[in-house]
Amino acid sequence: MDLFGIPAPLLFGQLLLGLINGAFYALLSLGLAVIFGMLNVINFTHGAQFMMGAFVAWMLLNWLGIGYWGALILAPIIVGITGIILERLMIAKLYKLDHLYGLLLTFGLGLIIEGLFRNEFGSSGLPYRIPAELTGAWDLGFMFMPVYRGWVVVVAFVMCLATWLVIEKTKIGSYLRAATENPALVQAFGINVPRMMTLTYGAGVALAAFAGVLAAPIYSVNPQMGSNLIIIVFAVVVIGGMGSILGSVLTGFGLGVIEGLTKVFYPEASSTVIFVVMAIVLLARPAGLFGRS
Amino acid sequence: MVEPMLSVKGLEAWYGESHVLHGVDIHINQGEVVTLLGRNGAGKTSTLRAIMGLTGRRAGSIKFNGDELVAARSDLIARKGIAYCPEERGIFASLDVTENLLLPPQIAPGGMSVDEIYTLFPNLKERARSPGTKLSGGEQQMLAIGRILRTGAKLLLLDEPSEGLAPVIVQQIGLTVRELKKRGFTVLLVEQNFRFAQTVADRHYVMDHGVVVDHVANHELAGAMDRLHQYLGV
Repeated sequence: MDLFGIPAPLLFGQLLLGLINGAFYALLSLGLAVIFGMLNVINFTHGAQFMMGAFVAWMLLNWLGIGYWGALILAPIIVGITGIILERLMIAKLYKLDHLYGLLLTFGLGLIIEGLFRNEFGSSGLPYRIPAELTGAWDLGFMFMPVYRGWVVVVAFVMCLATWLVIEKTKIGSYLRAATENPALVQAFGINVPRMMTLTYGAGVALAAFAGVLAAPIYSVNPQMGSNLIIIVFAVVVIGGMGSILGSVLTGFGLGVIEGLTKVFYPEASSTVIFVVMAIVLLARPAGLFGRS
Repeated sequence: MVEPMLSVKGLEAWYGESHVLHGVDIHINQGEVVTLLGRNGAGKTSTLRAIMGLTGRRAGSIKFNGDELVAARSDLIARKGIAYCPEERGIFASLDVTENLLLPPQIAPGGMSVDEIYTLFPNLKERARSPGTKLSGGEQQMLAIGRILRTGAKLLLLDEPSEGLAPVIVQQIGLTVRELKKRGFTVLLVEQNFRFAQTVADRHYVMDHGVVVDHVANHELAGAMDRLHQYLGV
């Protein structure tokens, strides 16, 4: 069976790969958007924190014998706590300064964390097995779908939806939205805004670590896995609009698919297509597709 | 003699390097409605913001029910029972009317219920699901006042609630302030609208250049008109 002159398995295979990449783009840019909205900090440590999530999953397994399912819950909590400490000790000191300082600090921290892991674990990558429950593949008729990849797409989507629901439909979410607009007034109503900022940073970092655990069985666990991804994720954030929750999710999945399709139709452009889209969007809508200027 | 509910002495405040209050002295007794009058830039809004902990550095003394608040953070000041309605109203665009109304947390028992607030401001009920900033100016003002009545705060700081509103809405705000007094709220009101102020207040402080320059009880107002006109430049 051919579609547009392309064998269907190839087309759908690339579409699926695109969706999986898109799932990671969405989860990571979502965390960045939540952090930027509340803290006004562009968190360049995000890629390193994604990598930490994968490494903590590996450590839990190899040092403590805690498997994938435990890691999926524990690794985000552990990495989230390191985020909270980072925010309290360093990032919180920069809120009154220009964006640029937060960017420099988090970029530097990302490099340091990546370097520490490279020193300790080398750069060749560590294996992490797909959990037994999620091995194998489904025969969909037109292609084979590895169960784990299907799981990643679904769980990433559910996580994005849950985050969106918390922000748009709950009391905590209304504090978050209000504090994004006018933190001083929200604090003058008796809400501890500095603590909210700390917890928001922790939650955004935990989302990155969650994505890291999901990624561990797909990509090998290595110190560079975050920095490879994060550049594209920043392009996604710019395209979606800085600080827009829904925008970052839709853009993440959408660009993953566009990237996958480009691999089918014009493979030479597949690694640059997202940046071409970014340039076009910036020219037409500098605030991003979903951003408020 | 009963201690005043709020007693501000020698209050100084800064925004960064700029020194905006130079020793403000005011006091408010439980159940009073008191206004701060004065020209633009006299320091009225800064006084409210300094009481609420929203300026930069502060010095002097702000005693509320016996607690010293001059060094406290604004969320802790709010938790003591002071609520603030800013001049720009501060309605959140990303929250609908109900979310705006329910945003400030309850800090003490005895606040008004949502139904009571809707009775006071029927317009808000009709617009419950609209985004906060889609309301008219008057409705936004009602929302800004309404949402601080739920919290159980007993001292309300209202910054120019009549500003930019049609006369009929100003009248409704006036009725509201009198109703709040009847319900036992204590109100410190910043006003430029002198006529509005005299329909609602017990006493008036007049500010100029970051200090209080005069003090008039509402019933002495007629006799003090010439003096006030000079200060206010009207």
